Amino acid sequence: MRSIFLHLHPLKISEQALRFDRTFGLGGMAALLIVLQIITGILLRFYYISSPAEAYNSIVFLKEQVLFGQFVRNIHYWSGVFLLLIAFLHFLRVFFTGAYRNARLVNWLFGLFILLLIVFANFTGYLLPWDQLAYWAITVSTNIIGYLPVFGESLRQALIGGRELNAGTLQNFFTFHTAVLPFLLIALVLYHFWRVRKVGGIMLPEPAEKPEMIPVMPNLVFKEFIVALVLLALVFLFAALFNAPLLDKANPAYSMNPTKAPWYFAGVQELLMHFHPFFAAFIIPLGVIVFLAWIPFLNFKDTPNGHWFISALGKQSSKATAIFSGVVTVAGILFNATIVNFEILLPGIPAMISNGIIPLSMLLLFMAGYYRFYLKRFSLSAAELVQVVFVFIMVAFIVLTITGIFFRGKDMELTLPWLM
Amino acid sequence: MQKKPPRHLPEESGQVPANGITRRDFFGMVWKALGILAALETAGMITTYFFSGKSKKLQTPKQLLEAGPVDSFGMNSVNAFMGGRFYLARQLDGGFIAISLRCTHLGCSISWEESKKRFICPCHSSAFDISGEVLNPPAARALDYYPVIIENGIVKVDISTLKERKTFRKDQLTYVQ
Repeated sequence: MRSIFLHLHPLKISEQALRFDRTFGLGGMAALLIVLQIITGILLRFYYISSPAEAYNSIVFLKEQVLFGQFVRNIHYWSGVFLLLIAFLHFLRVFFTGAYRNARLVNWLFGLFILLLIVFANFTGYLLPWDQLAYWAITVSTNIIGYLPVFGESLRQALIGGRELNAGTLQNFFTFHTAVLPFLLIALVLYHFWRVRKVGGIMLPEPAEKPEMIPVMPNLVFKEFIVALVLLALVFLFAALFNAPLLDKANPAYSMNPTKAPWYFAGVQELLMHFHPFFAAFIIPLGVIVFLAWIPFLNFKDTPNGHWFISALGKQSSKATAIFSGVVTVAGILFNATIVNFEILLPGIPAMISNGIIPLSMLLLFMAGYYRFYLKRFSLSAAELVQVVFVFIMVAFIVLTITGIFFRGKDMELTLPWLM
Repeated sequence: MQKKPPRHLPEESGQVPANGITRRDFFGMVWKALGILAALETAGMITTYFFSGKSKKLQTPKQLLEAGPVDSFGMNSVNAFMGGRFYLARQLDGGFIAISLRCTHLGCSISWEESKKRFICPCHSSAFDISGEVLNPPAARALDYYPVIIENGIVKVDISTLKERKTFRKDQLTYVQ
């Protein structure tokens, strides 16, 4: 056992790599949470029944009749939430330390793919309790898929096995959640680790002199052990204090008000409140994913150096952009929700233009103005400029997500969290 | 990257053919091509396996739901048939239409507001009039409907055929002959 664990590590590593703020141990945490998900997932499968008639009752039975049933379900729920958050933070860390180019290019792409798989794993799990929350969240989200051009509607109907959610949907989601995705994730995560080993460990700044190499046992392994224990304690604490939600059994005739997509899609749903679905559900998300996948292929003059935010200038411009993005996003949401709704203002022209091209060009115009009148004075390098764009997108995404989760109440009107 | 081991040339000839491809290279390429072909076939099989059954399951046999005698539905009135997942709406001029519960925006179930004579979606406040026409976005098209058949004074709804439409038109209504 001990040797298996040690075998995952190199014999010796640079002392530099041990500093906690290089990685915050996020990748390792994510891997541990995947293991925890698999163990609790297998336990849940012994009681869960995947039919619309029985699914909800089997969860109620698990909660009320099974010793530790509620606790196991809570751990599965919370480690699912944590996994997505930590995988996202890991992705941010890798970007901001520049660990995505040259030899790490392939791993960046695989990492993005793993992140999408984790989202999909969360999404397919969301339906399984078959309560009102699950039923309507998945109804709304799968309908968003229906807005993709050409193949959207057929993809939606293939995914849910019909026009509306039914027994086939549950079977599909259950199969993805408990068979397809776990296997894919295990295989890809192992490959992800192997590639990190292959390029010689984590990203480090170019050392002035040859770094001192120290044995991983106990220097790294003990640290990892402590991080693992703290993380487990945190997950168990959440599981003990906060129950995973379970509302009434799904009722297809009665929609919840408000009906929200799962929390990680709250940003896309918020975008849908402001843009035509073709832009909110297709053009913008696709643009972001293509941008993220395209970053490592850009031909920068300066090489990645393993320093957070590249340089002092990079850090400064990122901070300014984060503030700019936050302000623009919040202002845009408020502006569109209370003052001007282009779709109502301009009823004559197609919604695709009034609610798509017009607001999107306004946004791009704002960004151009920000660059022209503020950012230009920094004379940033190409890598720092890409970083600024990345910061803009991520902050906007986070603000949209928070708005969708906490500031949308009845009828999806803007409201304050404590009034919901 | 690992270094490739030196390539062994065919012993009997001891030399590379003029086009630079040895027999070993050739078979290597054949294997590679076969491998790609097998992967494509498998991917194709899985894709058709996944999609073809899903679309066939949608073809439901014709199913008529009896709503009741014509006279039991007043003008400008709406009756819910939750089992059939539709509202039977009778227009001011006496025409019938069976309006699907499913909002055309993101699929939530609409409900009828008698006081304001309109359908309202709880998810994003889309509103529709008694014929299913959009009154308030974000919904972009009128509500789907099922064909209504009137036989011997009995209103029947064909709940196996869901019809989509952009806007309301008169010919979507069914009248007593």
